[in-house]
Amino acid sequence: MAREITYIAAIMEGIHQEMARDDDVLLIGQSVGGSPEDPFVATFGPDRVRVTPISETAEIGMAAGAALAGKRPVVDCTMAEFLLVAMDQVVNEANRFHYMSGGQVTAPLVLKAGYGFTAGWAGQHTGSIYGMFMGVPGLKVALPSTPADAKGLMATAIRDDNPVLFLHHYLLTLETGDVPEGEHLVPFGQAAIVRPGTDVTIVATGWTVHRALEAAEELAADGVSVEVIDPRTIAPLDVDTILASVARTGRLVLVDQATKHASVSAIVAAEVAEAGFSSLRAPIVQVTALDAPIAYAKPMEDFVLPDVGKIVAGVRRAVDATVGAGR
Amino acid sequence: MTTAVTVDARVLRDLLATMWRIRAFEEQVGALKRADEVHGLIHLSIGGEGVAAAVCRQLRDDDAVYSGHRAHGHAVAKGAPLDRTMAELMGRDGGLCQGMGGSMHLVDVAHGFLGATGVVGGNIPLALGSALAAKQRGTDVVAVVFFGDGAVQAGLFTESVNLATLWRLPVLLVCENNGFAEFTPRSAHTTVERVGDVVAPYPLPRQTVDGNEVADVWSAFSALLARARAGEGPALLECLTHRLRGHYEGDPDRYREAVSTEDWQRKDPILRLQRAGHDAGWLPAGEPAELEKRARAEVEDAVTWARSSPFPSAVPEELR
Repeated sequence: MAREITYIAAIMEGIHQEMARDDDVLLIGQSVGGSPEDPFVATFGPDRVRVTPISETAEIGMAAGAALAGKRPVVDCTMAEFLLVAMDQVVNEANRFHYMSGGQVTAPLVLKAGYGFTAGWAGQHTGSIYGMFMGVPGLKVALPSTPADAKGLMATAIRDDNPVLFLHHYLLTLETGDVPEGEHLVPFGQAAIVRPGTDVTIVATGWTVHRALEAAEELAADGVSVEVIDPRTIAPLDVDTILASVARTGRLVLVDQATKHASVSAIVAAEVAEAGFSSLRAPIVQVTALDAPIAYAKPMEDFVLPDVGKIVAGVRRAVDATVGAGR
Repeated sequence: MTTAVTVDARVLRDLLATMWRIRAFEEQVGALKRADEVHGLIHLSIGGEGVAAAVCRQLRDDDAVYSGHRAHGHAVAKGAPLDRTMAELMGRDGGLCQGMGGSMHLVDVAHGFLGATGVVGGNIPLALGSALAAKQRGTDVVAVVFFGDGAVQAGLFTESVNLATLWRLPVLLVCENNGFAEFTPRSAHTTVERVGDVVAPYPLPRQTVDGNEVADVWSAFSALLARARAGEGPALLECLTHRLRGHYEGDPDRYREAVSTEDWQRKDPILRLQRAGHDAGWLPAGEPAELEKRARAEVEDAVTWARSSPFPSAVPEELR
């Protein structure tokens, strides 16, 4: 039975159900379990729900060590930028142990953090910084765009034997959607075709999936049929679904809230240029944030970020262009 | 002045044998590195064998040990087989980690050597995690982490001490203070002379011992270990020791005075224990030479075994 709940409620439900299912799952973070009435503390007790000091390195490293010792900690890291404080522990320790030990150990660790909160939070609390994690060996990265995927990807992340970075988009926090009540698992590495179309393929993640859908609706009125793909996890990345779509449409527009040179967009562009070049009937178009910090002032924030208008313009560019037209 | 008399002679004999195994192993690794049979960046622990032996020989296989970049001695003392450890350093398929980890990333789960990490201090919070898991399971398992005095100036050291004391985790922080943080003396890094003083505000027992006096390390660690096993929380043991070799093999080592032979004979933890054993009467005259011979033979066998192991030719299936 599905019912409509918010994106954040879906994430927490995913964690709660996994904690009920497996005693080794822990919830750790700087602002978890604030009171005895907290639904996690009330159900699982303060031994499994632990508040930590503002010590990102010790907090994440300790969780990583607990994972090596067989626990399945979920660390609520609050905000993606806070991961940067503990970068050695995020990208250079637990994620490498399975490989470096010749498979002797696993590190089932989930790092949950919000990103992309473009609401005047300015240069250090708004970044879409997943690009710097998606190429890190041994680390998986999930970017859910709907409440159902948020719950299902969280459950899958907790059951995965590798460290998983679970990045939820702050602007989606209170968005609602149908979410299955019971066990719900969304597999990693399987993109969702969220809107089928025939003329242009758009690949988008997180909040930009919804902006891409709005753009697709607008373009449909003009007779342009847009297919929208949400990779859902960017490591592993389902390149096959994207290539198959481009083989049908011949045109690719990549939408990404990240800075262009550290984006999913740039990686997808490279993959398609390498493996799908013969399918392309127009140059790949990237609609990303500018390579700049997110500004504070509202008009400048808008200037830096992608939006529906920029996506529509990008699609029109792809539709109007022809490979080799300039020769 | 030593406390050697308080430690059982059988224990001291075992420690001497362990130190010889580490010494013979490390000297052979150095030779193989120079002969280019050992690949990669190598940090030897010659001079520090006493700490490794006195700490690890008190632990069980289910206790977790974490080490850093200078890890061979800790792994050997914790029970890692010499042949598979040597094979790992030689990058062979039969190595502990199938040749995927190497010197700075030795792991031997079967003996609770949970692992070496290559970034200074990065192993400290990991040990807290093993300790948390042990505590949550209601066992008397402990976690031990070895680090150098250089790691103490990193923020994560203080973060970890704070968290370990806050949660009373069964973790033993063993600092090998050799007075040098990579290439520079401690005085260039901090105004605090003793690592024990750094943790003064926190409620954890701390003790500084001469790390080359093996019996002292054994006794001090034994007391702290008993507390941790009884659920009384973390402790810090600072072992003053000496790194005979440079920071890494190939280090020109121009930043410090070479230790004189006489000085080294006074400091060498092996020679010191042998003198103590002789004086106290538990070590017969021929035994040191016998222990050394046996250790070198065992290391030779390990090298032969490692050489017979093929190089890995592909990433193992389970790692893909």
